[in-house]
Amino acid sequence: MSVFRAALVRELLVLWRSPAEIINPLFFFVMVISLFPLAISPKPELLALVAPGVLWVAALLAVMLSLDGLFRRDQESGVLELLLTAPVMAVVPVSAKLLAHWLLTGLPLVLISPVLAHMLQLPDGVLGTVMLSLLLGTPALTIIGAIGAALTVGLNRGGILLAVLVLPLYIPVLIFGAGAVSAAVDGGAVNGILAILGALLALTVSLGPLAVAAGLKISSGN
Amino acid sequence: MSQPSTHSDAETAPRLVLEQLSCERDDRLLFSGLSLTASAGEIWQITGANGAGKTTLLRILVGLHGFYQGVCQWWQPQWQQELLYLGHQPGVREELNPLENLRYACALSEQGGDPMAALAAVGLQGFEDVPAAHLSAGQKRRIALARLWLEHKAVWVLDEPYTAIDQDGVAALDQQIQQAAQAGALVIYTSHHQVGDGVRQLHLAHGQAEVTEGGQP
Repeated sequence: MSVFRAALVRELLVLWRSPAEIINPLFFFVMVISLFPLAISPKPELLALVAPGVLWVAALLAVMLSLDGLFRRDQESGVLELLLTAPVMAVVPVSAKLLAHWLLTGLPLVLISPVLAHMLQLPDGVLGTVMLSLLLGTPALTIIGAIGAALTVGLNRGGILLAVLVLPLYIPVLIFGAGAVSAAVDGGAVNGILAILGALLALTVSLGPLAVAAGLKISSGN
Repeated sequence: MSQPSTHSDAETAPRLVLEQLSCERDDRLLFSGLSLTASAGEIWQITGANGAGKTTLLRILVGLHGFYQGVCQWWQPQWQQELLYLGHQPGVREELNPLENLRYACALSEQGGDPMAALAAVGLQGFEDVPAAHLSAGQKRRIALARLWLEHKAVWVLDEPYTAIDQDGVAALDQQIQQAAQAGALVIYTSHHQVGDGVRQLHLAHGQAEVTEGGQP
């Protein structure tokens, strides 16, 4: 457990000292969503119709953009070899890294989402559902994307390959995430859809870090 | 230093056995038929021209490279608990200062000891809270080397530990390696430096591996 804590502190420090890694996904998210009313139409009824999908697609892409460099600097500096030859199971520091990454890149998206949802003319009653769906969905997106990042870390320009690997796996999260918000807009029941998102999150949290650690081993030449 | 007559079985026990180890990379044979037994208290230096396969051999030893033929056997199943591996890159993140870098490495390798004292021993006193981005290549290397001054492990595998280190640093490092071997550790390192006394040499060249200076071929 102390290994996890030391690794978490270290990952938070590293991210905190390279602010571009934190600001870029957030800025991307805000920018894409603020362009939609300009490009489509500021009519409330039209925007409210596309808003759930726009919010979720933008959040998904913002998370994916942040993941390309997740392990690259560690690999270039040799920290990854240190991690893989260490006596501690690789999954412990890897989990700490994923948690730190989500706290500083995923959580800001969740926190700013009510403002953006309001901008897209969503009724105030559904802002809670927007936040909750993103709160359950973005950690799952981070972990699934990290599996792809681990597998492509050895390649020089793995960015597009990462997208090809990861996007199909993102689709269930996207469907249920945007579906929950749409259902809330229509006044339907959202608990069931959020429960499925929660189940997806439980699956990725429990098995994802193991897959990421295995992916890193494969990338290192095993 | 313990007397030769008081060497216990544990100190002279074989730690690493290689049998008919061979490795190909990009259709080029790096080495083949490499067999050796390395025991506790020994120092092995791996030499060879650039591209001869020194780093690949070390990566095979520590389990980072799985594409080889033959046997690579450590003395106990939990050998990773007793491994101190220093890779080709120093494993130092530029965003962190030397102390933070070393603390993380210690947490991963479950090493105890005083990180401040270890940094002082490698000449980084006063640089503990300077971001590594502002340090020279040699100083970054020294952050990684500071682990050698912490709690001892039974096996050291060091890839080019002398790179970018000044003369005084090389002398201190030599002494630390000798002390570790006398305390019963097996030290394996790659280097282009002169071979010291009592160091067994493994030379990689033209797909062949040759053991000299006291080692058993």
